[in-house]
Amino acid sequence: MDEVVVTSRIRLARNLSDVPFTIKMNDYDAGLVIDKVRDVISRNKQYKFDFYEIRKLPLLKRQVLIEKHLISPALVSSKIKSAVAIDQNENISIMINEEDHLRIQVLYRGQNIQMAWEDANRIDDFLEEHLPYAYDETWGYLTSCPTNVGTGLRASFMLHLPALTLLGYMKEIIETITKLGIAVRGFYGEGSEVVGNLYQISNQITLGQPEEDIIANVISITNQIIEQERQARLKLLNENRAFIEDKVYRSFGILKYARNISSNEALKLISDVRMGISMGIIKEVTIDKIDVLLNLIQPAMIQDYFGREMTPEERDIKRAELIRKILD
Amino acid sequence: MLCENCGKRPATVHYTQIINGVKTEMHLCEVCAKQKGTIEFDTPFSVTNFLAGILEPAFGSQVMKPSFEIQITCKGCGMTFEEFKRTGRFGCAMCYNSFSEKLYPIFRRIHGNTKHVGKIPTKMGENIAIKREIDKLKIELNIAIKNEEFEKAAEIRDKIRELEKKLARE
Ligand SMILES: [Zn+2]
Ligand SMILES: [Zn+2]
Repeated sequence: MDEVVVTSRIRLARNLSDVPFTIKMNDYDAGLVIDKVRDVISRNKQYKFDFYEIRKLPLLKRQVLIEKHLISPALVSSKIKSAVAIDQNENISIMINEEDHLRIQVLYRGQNIQMAWEDANRIDDFLEEHLPYAYDETWGYLTSCPTNVGTGLRASFMLHLPALTLLGYMKEIIETITKLGIAVRGFYGEGSEVVGNLYQISNQITLGQPEEDIIANVISITNQIIEQERQARLKLLNENRAFIEDKVYRSFGILKYARNISSNEALKLISDVRMGISMGIIKEVTIDKIDVLLNLIQPAMIQDYFGREMTPEERDIKRAELIRKILD
Repeated sequence: MLCENCGKRPATVHYTQIINGVKTEMHLCEVCAKQKGTIEFDTPFSVTNFLAGILEPAFGSQVMKPSFEIQITCKGCGMTFEEFKRTGRFGCAMCYNSFSEKLYPIFRRIHGNTKHVGKIPTKMGENIAIKREIDKLKIELNIAIKNEEFEKAAEIRDKIRELEKKLARE
């Protein structure tokens, strides 16, 4: 797996033309859209989807789906009935009644944006065949928010950029790529903070460019950032080897021996170790394994893993236990 | 970091709210966050505010003379243009037509563009695809004429006529 690109994601925003958008929807309309979409999805033969109505899901399960990035926090806090269809490999999710009637999302590990786009496009074609999409000749796919109109497409990468961050280059990079129409966000998307040196970057413009160009643009900027991160890691290793080795091994040590650890602290330490593996400093753990950990340490995932609800204090203890087990 | 509310447990839920341009950060433990009844990571405030920021300058000139403006209301969902500006959200597909004239400056500000050139849904797409092809051919026609390639120009013109006939039939 890639040492810089953690995940690749495509999202398509779609709406139906014969129902008010979610801001003007009542629960009756919302139920209609859910029923309609559920019926159409069940007819798809290519993918097998599980269907969940959010209100019927236990709180913990909802949080788990957020932490797996299969649904957005906005879907959960929706004031109207909302639902999601998730394919059995957990790469594809179709959110219903989030900000738009439909949000088709495909998420893959590593640098697989092209594959994600092909899946999303195929599912979009299938849904469009059976549902009356809101589409205008001039403005393309009509979305609830004017920032998504046109293609309704968001192509994004989750990037792990510890060296650029450590060297203090991120502020400048963010300023530059923002000018190129690229948005930078934290771990949980809009409004969330950057933790564990994980940055989400995505296109901002959705109107006036074909999908392929939008994706190519994000890929091209991502490739430049990857190259800069690689250079930064080399620089760190060449000029500050003792410092970097100490930092990586200390973090590895804490992860391996801690008895009580918060998710934020764990994320920071995992970030150091992840960088250390790519630099060849740590050899006994793979990046794949570390990325599994990256997911598992989150609050709801911990409880899901151990199969019961826990207080935050208890979670911190169990988190440390789980990390020791996986790193062993 | 400790929770700002109880000061006992570590803060694990972090909010950034931007209301009227004022940024407030809150760091709470999960227990306190649950008590406050707001367990979202993502606040809609930031998006709306961001949009309001984009929308405002586009209406700079109109802000000066609001009293003369007739309120536009969407026939589909009853949303007023004021309401759209405030929420940054359309109420239905018809809003786009209802507010049509006013959307160009907004889209130009956000996207630098006002015309979709991407995917066309196949079901409703054939006409649109033909129109797009005609637009493309017209540009080629102009280039051909400018370069005095009259034979080629005639060919392109015939193609355009054929496509236009096809459009009329449908
Ligand atoms: Zn507290
Ligand atoms: Zn409307």
